[in-house]
Amino acid sequence: MPLITARQLEKTYLAGDIKVKAIQGVNFTIEPASFVSFVGPSGSGKSTLLNMIGCLDPPSSGDLQVAGQDTTRLNRKQAALFRGEHIGFVFQDFNLIPVLTVFENVEYPLQMVLNWPKEKRQNRVRELLKAVGVGDQGDKYPNQISGGQKQRVAVARALVTNARLVLADEPTANLDRKTANRIIGLMKEMRDEFGTTFIFSTHDPKVVGNAETIFTLEDGKLL
Amino acid sequence: MFNIFKLATRNLQRYRRRTLLTSMLITLGVVAVLLFISVSGSFKAMMIGQITDSMLGHIQVHRKGYLASIDSLPLDRNLKGKQVAIVKEILDNNEAVEAYSMRIKLGAMFSNFTETTNIRLNAVNPAQEMQTVPMLADRIIKGKKKGLLEKGEILVPELIAKGMKVKIGDTIVLVATNKDGSVNGQPFIVRGILEGISGPGGRDGFIHLHDARTLLRIEDKEISEIAIRLKNMDLLDKTFAGIKGQLGPIKNKMGKPVFEVHTWQKLTPFFNIARMIDLMTFFIKIMLVAIVLVSIMNVMIMAVYERINEIGTIAAIGTVPNKILSLFVVEGFLLGVFGTFIGVVTSLAAIAWMNAAQINFDFGRQKGLLLSPTIGAGDIITVAVIVIAIAVLASLQPAWKAARMDPITALRHV
Repeated sequence: MPLITARQLEKTYLAGDIKVKAIQGVNFTIEPASFVSFVGPSGSGKSTLLNMIGCLDPPSSGDLQVAGQDTTRLNRKQAALFRGEHIGFVFQDFNLIPVLTVFENVEYPLQMVLNWPKEKRQNRVRELLKAVGVGDQGDKYPNQISGGQKQRVAVARALVTNARLVLADEPTANLDRKTANRIIGLMKEMRDEFGTTFIFSTHDPKVVGNAETIFTLEDGKLL
Repeated sequence: MFNIFKLATRNLQRYRRRTLLTSMLITLGVVAVLLFISVSGSFKAMMIGQITDSMLGHIQVHRKGYLASIDSLPLDRNLKGKQVAIVKEILDNNEAVEAYSMRIKLGAMFSNFTETTNIRLNAVNPAQEMQTVPMLADRIIKGKKKGLLEKGEILVPELIAKGMKVKIGDTIVLVATNKDGSVNGQPFIVRGILEGISGPGGRDGFIHLHDARTLLRIEDKEISEIAIRLKNMDLLDKTFAGIKGQLGPIKNKMGKPVFEVHTWQKLTPFFNIARMIDLMTFFIKIMLVAIVLVSIMNVMIMAVYERINEIGTIAAIGTVPNKILSLFVVEGFLLGVFGTFIGVVTSLAAIAWMNAAQINFDFGRQKGLLLSPTIGAGDIITVAVIVIAIAVLASLQPAWKAARMDPITALRHV
């Protein structure tokens, strides 16, 4: 059974009085434990599509099933709970919470979203930090570690809840080539280790090469 | 909930200077209000104590209509002997009453044999009067305090003593007209000089009740007023209602009420000053509310604005809107608690210092009054609850805005 199924997915924005069709009649399926990339130039609709898959933005029309759930029918709170349980996010700017340590950043979804008991969540955080290679950085604050390390922490945070799906919007855009490749490599390793589906968007052709499935978008349509 | 408090505390520490400045503003407001309440409360309590304990007593009973014409000290509106006996019986059986004093109030001419002036007098039974208004003796600035006065003696108010140049031991003559219109005179020895204080009766002289009866040729045991002292001032309203309830239904032959009963509040204009102080306290509390509201709201609006991207992140990773709202409300709450705590500690220290420093002040003609501010736990709790509640209230709008924020828009915010 596919993890994600999209049928005739459309997203229309209003830019002033003008309707902008960001996504037009998109159909696709993504299997569990896939390593998928949405590629395309800026403005092609990659981020919009990722936002719809991540229940951050409802489609204007069409069907979208994620992990067996029709996500088009979720209200704001249900969408938040669904994201917390099933979806992890990795952001271009890392988006770690500056007042929390590395350990606490990874612990945040377990503590504030899923309410795991202390011992269980701390064991899980230690496991994940070790898995992404920052096991010794737990006590540091985000401003005390490098960009690559921050993105590793972000990957750990995305995976810590046993999410079935991790969405990464331009995860390597703020990293140098070498670090970018390491992060993509890490994500692939995590997919292999935890069976998590990774979907990332990029317009960097060298990063795209790492993907196992590639969807190319142009003007809101899948090619 | 503990996690929300932990995160809120971290967020407040993020901009320490701003947090401290906001807390200081709240602290200043709390200190201003608590000090005002304690100082004005101390002044109020002192003045009320002085008025009730040296002049009025806590409750007074008169014949109906006496108070309306008290300026002319009418002798034809005195309580008759039988009426006095009714009041005495009621007061003797009332456990809340500590003491009461029968008074005849009269106006007279005061002569030192070379000059004459008007004088208002209270004729009292010294033992009763000293039990009812125990601070009266303290107002005797010259002469013997013990026993207050004997028959044939007079306590002369300070202003008349100065104006008429009379000294302790001098003989003076009081000339008074009784209710039938006949005039009578009687000599008195000046027993003491009485300090004048603010309020009605504060510049009256005192003579013995027996002397007033001979001067006015009163045969019946009639009385102008009965001043009552209570064992506990806190029971004023209850006791007043009880006495009024017993005396109120008593009617004369024409079916009209015989007695009127008043608390000290009705008898002195100082009560209006006391109410004015309460009103000022209320407005100062409103200013405190405004300070807290504006400062917390400002800080929280800034906090939300600066953390839009972060709000988007925590919303994206599954934090439900109510939790985001709680996070910001708790920040406001903590700011309020911190500012209030420091404010209360500072105020208590300042009050302790003022008491230790023995600060004196003048009020009208009264010199060297000692400032002894106190603050009750009730006032502290009230102010603390107001401040913290307003801090939470002020955080609600920015917190609600944060909770309702669209995660995508927030994540795009730079």
